[in-house]
Amino acid sequence: MTTEVSTSVLRQQVLVLYLLNSALDSYVVGWSQYDGTGRTSPTTGDSTEPPYDTGLDALKDGWRLIQASQLIPPYPGHEYDVSFLKHEFFFERIVQL
Amino acid sequence: MENEQILLNSVQMARFVAHGSLRLDAVVPDELNAEALTFLAPGVADIPYGTPLSDAYAPDSFAARLLEVPQVAGALRSLVGPEPLVDHHAVHVLGPHGGRAQELHADAIIDVRPDAFDVQLMYYPQAVTLDMGGTLSVPGSHLRRINESDTGRYQNLRGQTRLVCPAGTVVIVHHGIWHGARRNDSDITRYMFKIRFNPTVRQRLLWDTSDLDDPQVVRELDTMFPWYEQATGRLERYNRALLWRALTGDAEFDLDYWVTRVSNRPQEVAA
Repeated sequence: MTTEVSTSVLRQQVLVLYLLNSALDSYVVGWSQYDGTGRTSPTTGDSTEPPYDTGLDALKDGWRLIQASQLIPPYPGHEYDVSFLKHEFFFERIVQL
Repeated sequence: MENEQILLNSVQMARFVAHGSLRLDAVVPDELNAEALTFLAPGVADIPYGTPLSDAYAPDSFAARLLEVPQVAGALRSLVGPEPLVDHHAVHVLGPHGGRAQELHADAIIDVRPDAFDVQLMYYPQAVTLDMGGTLSVPGSHLRRINESDTGRYQNLRGQTRLVCPAGTVVIVHHGIWHGARRNDSDITRYMFKIRFNPTVRQRLLWDTSDLDDPQVVRELDTMFPWYEQATGRLERYNRALLWRALTGDAEFDLDYWVTRVSNRPQEVAA
């Protein structure tokens, strides 16, 4: 009997989508990507169109959702402040080198 | 013409309040742009923080002549008033095929002054093409309360501006604008000269206000940007209305009733 040892090496790719509201199928307003394979080097200001129109479209293309931002009530007295983008969704894709 | 100032009008000021920036394309003459590369290449000596503008640069110096360009002088006068302080200045140099893109950031530290703002002048002596790494900026981001590079996670936002401009362009931004130098993928070294100004007077009605009632003022203030979230976009306009109140002294000014509605707390006892 022989044992087959896999020689494949796996790496993580990360996609971050910022959406119009807290629904995963809402419109993408911002995006970032990080490539653990090192094959690409996405960076600040490198594109004008997002990779997907909605968060759901990313799921349909095989990305796995690993984190969604919580809905946190505004701090009292700061209800009208604007700050970071609220609706942040992290996706991953595991690829073979 | 010496010492001429072309003030901004109310529509341009409203656009600045909405966008957080003002772009003056090719306003600096060619001869000054040619001189700039010699002036900027070795770097510019530091001056003490908060130096009054009239003491910061010798009258015949390159920087003084740059700031005397009528459109530049008028824009600064409209935004921060007479005799601002020079907070600091710096030459930004992006080598060909060198470096990496800066993370998206706002300069200095979190700065939430509701009725005052600094401006940063960014001068581009060369024509900037898309691959030269022109400054990335995010229109309408200046009122967001963030601290410096905490926004570094955001690589791209819908409607972001990747500066491409003719030689001699000056961009003036609100201190809170999210921005960053992009990666220079060209064969050309890119230069940018930045000066930050602090106001020394109340920033109220400092511009040419003859068009203050132009309906385009409200349309400019009401601008929505493609990267705004649905709900937060409403808060952006709420905050802009407050800034316009501070800049004009009009305590009743509003956009679509956003401020008025949530401020209504009647104290009259019903008859």
